[in-house]
Amino acid sequence: MSSSEVIEKIKEALGDIIESIEEGKGVVHVFVPVDKIVEAARKLKELGFDHIKDVTAIDYPKENVIKIIYHASSYGNVELSKYIVGLGYSIPRDTERVPSLYSVWTTADFQEREVYEAFGIVFEGHPDLRPLLLSPPVAELKPLRKDFVVKEETIFRK
Amino acid sequence: MSGFVSTRGQVGFNDLKIPGAWSRKIGKDLYEVFIGPQHPGSGHMRIIIRIDGDVIVEADPDMGYVHRTMEKLGEGREWIKGIPLYERMAIHDACNVTLPYVRAVEQLLGIEAPLRAKYLRVLLCEINRIAAYLYGFGIFGVFVGHSTMYMWPFGDREVWIELADWLTGARLTHSYPVFGGVRRDVPADFTNQLRKAIRYMRKRLEEYRKIYVDNPVIRARLEDVGVIPKNLAIELGITGPNLRASGVLYDVRYNDPYEVYDELDFEIPVFQEGDALARVWQRVEEIKQSLRILEQVADWLDKHPREPILHDRFWKTAPPLHKKIFETEGRAKLVPLYALLKVPKGKAYAKAETARGEITYYVESDGGQKPYRVRIVSASARNAIVFKYILPGHRVMDLPTIYGSIDYFPPEADR
Repeated sequence: MSSSEVIEKIKEALGDIIESIEEGKGVVHVFVPVDKIVEAARKLKELGFDHIKDVTAIDYPKENVIKIIYHASSYGNVELSKYIVGLGYSIPRDTERVPSLYSVWTTADFQEREVYEAFGIVFEGHPDLRPLLLSPPVAELKPLRKDFVVKEETIFRK
Repeated sequence: MSGFVSTRGQVGFNDLKIPGAWSRKIGKDLYEVFIGPQHPGSGHMRIIIRIDGDVIVEADPDMGYVHRTMEKLGEGREWIKGIPLYERMAIHDACNVTLPYVRAVEQLLGIEAPLRAKYLRVLLCEINRIAAYLYGFGIFGVFVGHSTMYMWPFGDREVWIELADWLTGARLTHSYPVFGGVRRDVPADFTNQLRKAIRYMRKRLEEYRKIYVDNPVIRARLEDVGVIPKNLAIELGITGPNLRASGVLYDVRYNDPYEVYDELDFEIPVFQEGDALARVWQRVEEIKQSLRILEQVADWLDKHPREPILHDRFWKTAPPLHKKIFETEGRAKLVPLYALLKVPKGKAYAKAETARGEITYYVESDGGQKPYRVRIVSASARNAIVFKYILPGHRVMDLPTIYGSIDYFPPEADR
């Protein structure tokens, strides 16, 4: 199966809820509206994308947008296993609540906690949303957002 | 509950406090036990378990004690500085861990390493893999109270670390692959020494089997303990030898070959049992396959003459002194272009099979001298979920067995 065939299959399954498709190197990103994300994830899982490799959030302060992308792939289907499909959505930076995909992919359990602590986005429906790696006071700073600037210490004048 | 209610730092009447672990009563017959993060068995990680008698009813892996904010630090540094940064995740598995980052950036640059450099990358990847498995065996051995299995693999690991040292100039954290190639060619007589190490390791694996894997005492501790059924392994998205020991055929080297893995002849072992013993066997069998790969790489390196190990785009900018050093010593010094490298706008996703499983990098560039976003999810980070879902139902004595058999490595998981 070639990558264009995979994209065709996804287009067929998700239909008109797709907002846009962006191709990168070694990955294809499928963007859907945030309120359709659970439905889209279920359909993707039915296609054979049985687990997610990561949940990635990217901050674009200039466009006032945060993108959240679930990179899904397959263990059960050998043909699909080499492809990575990023199912994602864009939200305004001040959005506080988005739906959790824990009910679709159990793998999202720890990964959504990581996005929660680093970007301060609450995943509704997540059974145990707490910071994973950071301590709560650090997590409140939303450290992976672009407006958090790391101050590096030096004994020399810069 | 009799006595007084304990708070943090105070020990209550019903509390038990021993070095590395303390517990408190939270209900009738229900105790909460904190294991780690200084426990000799758990490494830099804490597992909070709730036990009813001797049986774990709930487990909460508490990670992050060695979190070094690599994703954030990576955004503030030039592209080339990401390599020595990210390899701190797993210092003894440095080549495997940084290779997908290098490959993702290469994809964005639109370049590919020369064939000889690809073979050299595979060479170090497999040396790293064997050393990392042996490290895992040693830790696991000491977990289950088998001190010989701690001493032997740690001694044998030295063989592979010395080879890596000889090849790259560093025992650990080699920073070997760079964008467009590798930093050194093999020294003279390296392949013969490598073959000697392969012969030695094959002999040792048989001895490991006799003293450890087939030892009835060890088998009694490992068999049918920590079983991860195939469907659960897929659902939890675990990776690496743990996944393959549960009957799923997935190895990045096989499913989506990178570098020269598609030209090499090797097999992917798969076990069906999914218990701790199968995970040990899985690693033994995978070392045998890595030895097979190394043999083929040694043959290839012997047959083919030396050629540049850096892509032309970088090598042509090298000053004459660098070229002279390469011709006389086989070392490709970093060319100045790397410091000012600008990577074209775009996004790339790369993955590789490290010793503990699959590592993935999502790299996004805005065309500048620094990455816009690097998202790293390492194998141990994905395997940590096992503790939450597999530990309940087991006895406390099985905790070190399961923890060790997963080959969980906190610095890699915390990033």
